[in-house]
Amino acid sequence: MSSDIDVVITGLGATTPLGGDVTSTWDALLAGKSGVRPLTHDWVEKYELPVKIASQLVVDPTEVLPRVEARRLDRSEQVAIVASRQAWQDAGHSDDTVDRQRLAVIIGTGIGGAITLLAQDDLLEQQGLRKVSPLTVPMLMPNGPAAHVGLELKAQAGVHAPVSACASGAEAIAWAYRMIKAGEADVVVAGGAEACITAIPVAGFSQARTMSTRNDEPEKASRPFDTARDGFVLGEGAGVMVLERREFAEARGAKIYGRLAGIGTSADGYHITAPDPEGVGQSRAIAASLRSGGIDPSDVGHVNCHATSTPVGDVAETVAIRKAIGDHPVLTAPKGALGHLLGAAGAVEAIVTVLSIRDGVVPQTLNLENLDPAVTLDVVAGEPRKIKLDAAVNDSFGFGGHNVALAFTPA
Amino acid sequence: MSDNVLSGLAEIVEEVAGVAADDVTAEKSFVDDLDIDSLSMVEIAVQAEDKFGVKIPDDELANLKTVGDAVNYITSNK
Repeated sequence: MSSDIDVVITGLGATTPLGGDVTSTWDALLAGKSGVRPLTHDWVEKYELPVKIASQLVVDPTEVLPRVEARRLDRSEQVAIVASRQAWQDAGHSDDTVDRQRLAVIIGTGIGGAITLLAQDDLLEQQGLRKVSPLTVPMLMPNGPAAHVGLELKAQAGVHAPVSACASGAEAIAWAYRMIKAGEADVVVAGGAEACITAIPVAGFSQARTMSTRNDEPEKASRPFDTARDGFVLGEGAGVMVLERREFAEARGAKIYGRLAGIGTSADGYHITAPDPEGVGQSRAIAASLRSGGIDPSDVGHVNCHATSTPVGDVAETVAIRKAIGDHPVLTAPKGALGHLLGAAGAVEAIVTVLSIRDGVVPQTLNLENLDPAVTLDVVAGEPRKIKLDAAVNDSFGFGGHNVALAFTPA
Repeated sequence: MSDNVLSGLAEIVEEVAGVAADDVTAEKSFVDDLDIDSLSMVEIAVQAEDKFGVKIPDDELANLKTVGDAVNYITSNK
C-alpha cells in the first residue's frame, strides 16, 4: 500500500500465562519461565482427555475487573478489556486526546465465546429456556471482544473483528495498518483475545492430533523446533497495541515504541489445517510485509516465529523464512514459554517483537534443547541474545491457510 | 409495601446490576435512575420469579417502571 502515512506504536497491553501485564510477561519470557500448568478441571478426567495441561493466565481477569462488569462478559471479552485498558493508558490517551470518529478498534479471536456457549447450552438442557442468560449472544459472538472495547472507548471510525484462527490477532494489527495508511483513522486499538480452555476445544484439537501430551512435564511440553516436540499447548490471554499515524502521535507528544513498517497477508490454498510444506503462501506473506515496508531482506535481523511446536508446521515456516528473507535472520519462538494463545498469539507475539527491537534482545526459545536437523537457521536457545535490530518480522499462521507477517522497525 | 419484598428485590438488583442495595428504593426508576438495561431487567425478573414464587410475563414486566411498581406487583401476585 503506497502512502506517505507512517504507522507507529504508542501503547501496549497484555494479560498472558506469563504475567498480568506487558512488563511481567516480557520479564518472565526473558527469565525462561513457562506458562504451562496442569489442568485441574473435572472435565479432564470425566472425558479421559489425553491432554491434561494448558498455558493458563497468571492473573484471572475477574480479579481485575469489577464483579458486575465481569459477569456481563465472556472470559475472551474480559481479557480483551483488561489488555485494552492497559494499552490505552500506556499510550497516554484520555477522553479528549482523539476525535472518536478518528478512532477504531480491531480485536480478533479464533474461537470466540465458547465457554459461554457451552455453559448456556448446559443451562438450556438442564433447566430450560428461562435460565438462559439474555446476555448469551453478546457474550458468545466472536466480535464481542472488539465490540466491548469499541463501546468502552466510544470508537466510531470502525469496530472490526477478524476471525482467521491463529492469525486473528496479527490480522487485526494488519487491518489497523491498512486503516491508518488509507486515512480512515488516526488511532487504532488492535490486537487479539482468546479464552477457550474448556473441554470441547481440547477434545477437538486432541482428536486432530495437534496437541502435546507431555502431561508429566507441563513446563517442557511446548518446545518449538526441538526434535522431541509433539504438538502445541493450548493457551489463553490477550494482547493489544495502540497504533497511530506518526504525525498525530508526535503532535500529542506520545512516546513511540516502534514502527509498523509493513504488513503482508496471503492464503495457502493448500489444506484446511496443514501448512504447505514448501511454505509458498507463508513466504509470500513475509515478502509482502517487507515490500510494503520498503525493507530490504538483508536488513531483517530477526524473525519472531509462529512455530507452535508441531512436527510439520515448525519446519515449513523455516522454509518460508529462507525463501522470503534468507539464511541470516535470528529466530525465536515465544510459544515455547507462552503456549499457543490462538487468536491472541499474533498480537502478544507482535508485542514481544516490538520489545525485542526496543531493547535489542531476542528471547530464547524455551525448551529448545536439540534443534531439528531440518532447521538450518539460527534459533536462539538457552538464554536471551543481545542483538541490535534494524528490522524484525513477526509471523502468524492459522488453520484455514491464513498467513500474516508484520514487519517492525525502530521508532 | 412489603419491606421483605423490597429488600429481597434490592439484593437481586445489586447482584445483577451492581447497584448498592441501599439505593434500590421504591420511587426509583429502573432505567432512568438505576441505569438498568432491558437485558438486565430480564435477568432480574427471572431471579425475582424464583425468589418470590411469582410469574412475571413479558407484558407485565414492561409496566414495571419503578422499584415500587415491581414490589407491588410481586406482593399482590405471589
